[in-house]
Amino acid sequence: MSVVVKIPTQLRAAAGGEAEMEVEGATVQEVLDDLFERCGELRTRISDEDGALRRFVNVYVAGEDIRFLEGLATPVNDGSELTILPAVAGG
Amino acid sequence: MAVSHLECRECKAQYPLEALYVCEQCFGPLEVAYDREDGHRDLGELRRRIQGGPQNIWRYADFLPLAGGPPGPSGRLASRVGLPAGCTPLIRADRLAKRLGLREVWVKNDAANPTHSFKDRVVSVAVTRARELGFETIACDSTGILANSVAAHGAALGLESFVFIPADLEEQKVLATGIYGATVVGVEGNYDDVNRLCTELCAERDWAFVNINLRPYYAEGSKTLAFEIAEQLGWELPDRCVVPVASGSLFTKIAKGFDEWRALGLLEGELPRMNGAQAEGCSPVASAFAEGHDVCRPVKPSTIAKSLAIGNPADGPYALDLARRTGGSVDAVSDEEIRAGIALLAETTGVFTETAGGVTTAVLAKLAERGDIDPDERVVLVITGEGLKTLDAVRGTFETHTIAPTVEAFQDGVPQTVAV
Repeated sequence: MSVVVKIPTQLRAAAGGEAEMEVEGATVQEVLDDLFERCGELRTRISDEDGALRRFVNVYVAGEDIRFLEGLATPVNDGSELTILPAVAGG
Repeated sequence: MAVSHLECRECKAQYPLEALYVCEQCFGPLEVAYDREDGHRDLGELRRRIQGGPQNIWRYADFLPLAGGPPGPSGRLASRVGLPAGCTPLIRADRLAKRLGLREVWVKNDAANPTHSFKDRVVSVAVTRARELGFETIACDSTGILANSVAAHGAALGLESFVFIPADLEEQKVLATGIYGATVVGVEGNYDDVNRLCTELCAERDWAFVNINLRPYYAEGSKTLAFEIAEQLGWELPDRCVVPVASGSLFTKIAKGFDEWRALGLLEGELPRMNGAQAEGCSPVASAFAEGHDVCRPVKPSTIAKSLAIGNPADGPYALDLARRTGGSVDAVSDEEIRAGIALLAETTGVFTETAGGVTTAVLAKLAERGDIDPDERVVLVITGEGLKTLDAVRGTFETHTIAPTVEAFQDGVPQTVAV
């Protein structure tokens, strides 16, 4: 399953300057694992010691927050887009 | 307190005072840090300096994150630049207190700002900082109230403005934004969808999104509410504050304002008990408080209190910590209670508030009823916005009398409790 991951500006330096990366995986967890394989530095930026997402990291599959889906176990389709964004809200 | 740098609230990494809002190391939010001079200033001189300042938030410029001090050619002229916010009335609400069985309740009426909400405070600070950083376009994502303020400040300062709102927002809020000449973009989705879009756009445009890349500066503006409350109470702290919670930023920054003045010695005593107020239809922080969680599970909002309809509150963990640390709480009220809250405040104080104020007043009533408030406490109710922005919420809640223009018609057609 090939998925496009959109990298936020704050993480691009750790991703070789890329704004998007094409990685493999059938779930969000697998997609992130493959991303971390390619860019090791991203792991500690996005995940905590237990492997969970840091609390100020939001992940969206096709625009939907994965916390409304199945979290890291959320399945992804071939060609879907996974967006990583910092949590910032209020207005 | 000279502004020093930006600092991550989570891992304490430091960043320069630029348009940055998130830590590259851990994704935590950045906050403005100051060089503190705790406890060794001449407090009388400091109070006189504040009291001699302009009748707006720039009297607190020493505590705000501006490199160049207050805007304008001099401190004296500061109150005439842009759309000065702040110095809103603190009203002693004896009739409201009596109705609730309390001794001392004050209403901080922040509807008395240029665009009728507390957002003018945060936008003033963000936009002033944006100009210092050289931005020519300002923008925001908004549940509507912030949109009003950004559009007006853009007009006042000659900056182009783009505001992004949920497409189904109340008409009054949309009209009160577009009239200032802003580009108004209605996004299909809820506020959290608008927020996600703008967080992405923020990386693509060289704009000052006041509540995204300017957020560290923006949020500091809310401290001025605490400064004013304390100054208006005669340099004293209240015992309790009841404050609406959407993202949790206002709630936590009011406490930060009190804390900064306590550290300086300008105020004595404990931090007030902090009570957060949410609508049941969007209560991620109140739910986490009730369940004993440290983080908030996001929700899909469904409430008449659209100005508080943030399902994914970024400052939720800090709001929870503050409520617990001060012996306060975060409570939620139903849409029906919100309408009753709007009416209660209007009938007892003459202040007509939008739905967020209905939430806050209803939570105060709930706390009083529950016996959480000691009758001797001095309570401040923070009313953040104007009732004319959410007229739909009160439609059909009272009766009007239509009569022919005769004395007889009046006598026969209108119930009169006062004998003539």
